[in-house]
Amino acid sequence: MVRDGDVVALEGFTHLIPFAAGHEIIRQGRRDLTLIRMTPDLIYDQLIGSGCASKLIFSWGGNPGVGSLHRLRDAVEQRWPAPLALEENAHAGMAAAYAAGASHLPFGLLRGYLGTDLPKYNRVKFIECPFTGEKLAAIPAIRPDVTVIHAQQADRKGNVLMWGVIGVQKEAVLAAQRVIVTVEEIVDQLNSPPNAVVLPSWVVGAVCQVRGGAFPSYAQGYYPRNNAFYKQWDSIARERATFQAWMQQHVLSTSDFDEFKRSLEQVVTHV
Amino acid sequence: MSEIKYTADEMMTIAAARMIRNGASCFVGIGLPSAAANLARLTHAPDTVLIYESGCIGTKPTVLPLSIGDGELSETADAVVSIPEIFAYWLQGGRIDLGFLGAAQIDRFANINTTVIGDYYHPSVRLPGAGGAPEIAASSKEVLITLRQNKRAFIEKLDFVTSGGHFSGGDSRAKMNLPGKGPTAVITDLGIMTPDETTKELTLTSLHPGVTVEKAIESTGWALKVAPQLATTEAPTETELRVLRDLNERTARAHAGQV
Repeated sequence: MVRDGDVVALEGFTHLIPFAAGHEIIRQGRRDLTLIRMTPDLIYDQLIGSGCASKLIFSWGGNPGVGSLHRLRDAVEQRWPAPLALEENAHAGMAAAYAAGASHLPFGLLRGYLGTDLPKYNRVKFIECPFTGEKLAAIPAIRPDVTVIHAQQADRKGNVLMWGVIGVQKEAVLAAQRVIVTVEEIVDQLNSPPNAVVLPSWVVGAVCQVRGGAFPSYAQGYYPRNNAFYKQWDSIARERATFQAWMQQHVLSTSDFDEFKRSLEQVVTHV
Repeated sequence: MSEIKYTADEMMTIAAARMIRNGASCFVGIGLPSAAANLARLTHAPDTVLIYESGCIGTKPTVLPLSIGDGELSETADAVVSIPEIFAYWLQGGRIDLGFLGAAQIDRFANINTTVIGDYYHPSVRLPGAGGAPEIAASSKEVLITLRQNKRAFIEKLDFVTSGGHFSGGDSRAKMNLPGKGPTAVITDLGIMTPDETTKELTLTSLHPGVTVEKAIESTGWALKVAPQLATTEAPTETELRVLRDLNERTARAHAGQV
C-alpha cells in the first residue's frame, strides 16, 4: 500500500510508533518518499539512512533525551545517502495542519510563528482575522497519501482502539487517502470505554497484528518504552558503517518483526 | 556547620526549581526544565500542575522521563489529551502560567535557537528544530529558560530565531501583541539573569556561590551587563539536594537495563 514517491505519515508521539511497518517499507526498498511526522525519531532515522526518503516534513527531529538523529543530520549536512529536502514547522502548526487535513479545510489556523524565523523557510502565511483584525498564522493542510499507525487493539471487523498518549494519530488517519494500522492484538470484543479513540473499520484500509510492533517505543498496557535501546541507538547510528551493518543484520536480513527481535536478542547488550 | 558539597548542575536545577510557584500550571520541556519542575513538585510546590506537550496534564512522574511522552507521564497524569488539543485548547487557550524551556543557543534578549547553526540550507550543525517551543514562548503567561552557560550557547547573534524572547529588546515584544510577557529569568550553572525592565537585555542579577563575575562574563558571548546589586544565590539546602539526588538515582535505575 506504500508506493515509491508517496507522501507517507507514520505517526506516533513517542508512544505507539509503527516501527514494524517502517521496517517493512525499508525491506521493500521504497524510494523517493515524502515522510511526514511531528517527531521523526529512530524509525525515521532508519528510513532516511536507508535512502527511502527525498523529503521530510516535521517539527522536531531528535532522539528524545539522548541527542541527535545522526542519519537525519548526515542527510541534511552531508547529503548522505541522498539529499533530503526539509519542510519544517512548530508542533502547534503541524497539529493544526493535520486537523485541517482531517477536516478537509485548505489550511490550519493558529496564533503562532510570530517573531520566529520559521516562516522564512516553510509555507506559513499570515492572515488577518476578518472580525478582529488580529494577525494569525495559516498553514496548508496535511493530506498524506498513506498514514500508518500502531494501536493497541482491533476487533475482527477492523475497528481500532487506542489509549494513552494518542498524539495526532486520529487526525493523521482521517487526513489520509489510505490507512494502514498495525495492532498489538486482534480481539473478539473491544470493550472500549465510550471516549477511547476508536477508529471505525470503514476509515481503515488494512489492519495487521504485529505483537510488539512499536518496539523500542511502547504500547501502554502491553510493554514499556525501551529507553536503553534509544540510548544505544546513538552509537549505532553515529557512523555510516555501523548503521549499515546494523540495518543489514537486523532489518534487511530478517523477514519480519519477530525475526528482527530474535536477531536483536542474539546480541543482547547491557547498557 | 559542615559545608554541603554539590555540583554546578545541581545548583542550576535547584535554582530553577525555586522559581516555580506552587499551584502554577507549568508547560515543561524535556531535559533540564523537566528535572527542575519535578524537583519543585517534590519540594516546595506540590500543587504545581505539570503539563507536557505529549498531552499529559497534571502528571506526577516518580522518575524523570527520557522522552516527552514516556508511559510514566501518561500513567500518572490527571488527563491525557491529543496533540492538537494540548496546543489549541490549553496553550493557545491561555491556560498556562509558566512555560519552562531549554535551549541550544540564546541571545541577550532571550531569543532561542534550536534549529540550525550556520546557513539554514547548508548548516554546520542541524539541531532538532522547534517542537512546541515557539508557541510556548509566545503564549505562556511567563517563560523561564534554563541552560548551561558558555560562549557556544550564549551568543551575540543567533543564526536562527526559533522561539522569540524579547526580540530586539525595549518594547519590541509588547508591539507584537503576543499573549504572554515572555522570559522573566534565565537560570544557568553560573547564575541567574533577568531582563532589564526597560531595555529587556539580560542582566546578571545573581551569582551562584563560589562563581566569580569574571567567570560569568567570560562565559557569555556578548558584553554581559551586571546588576549593581548583584545577589548571591542561596546554596542548596540538604533537603533540596537529597530530593534531587534521589530523583536522579531513581531515574538512572529506571533508564538502565537491557535492550
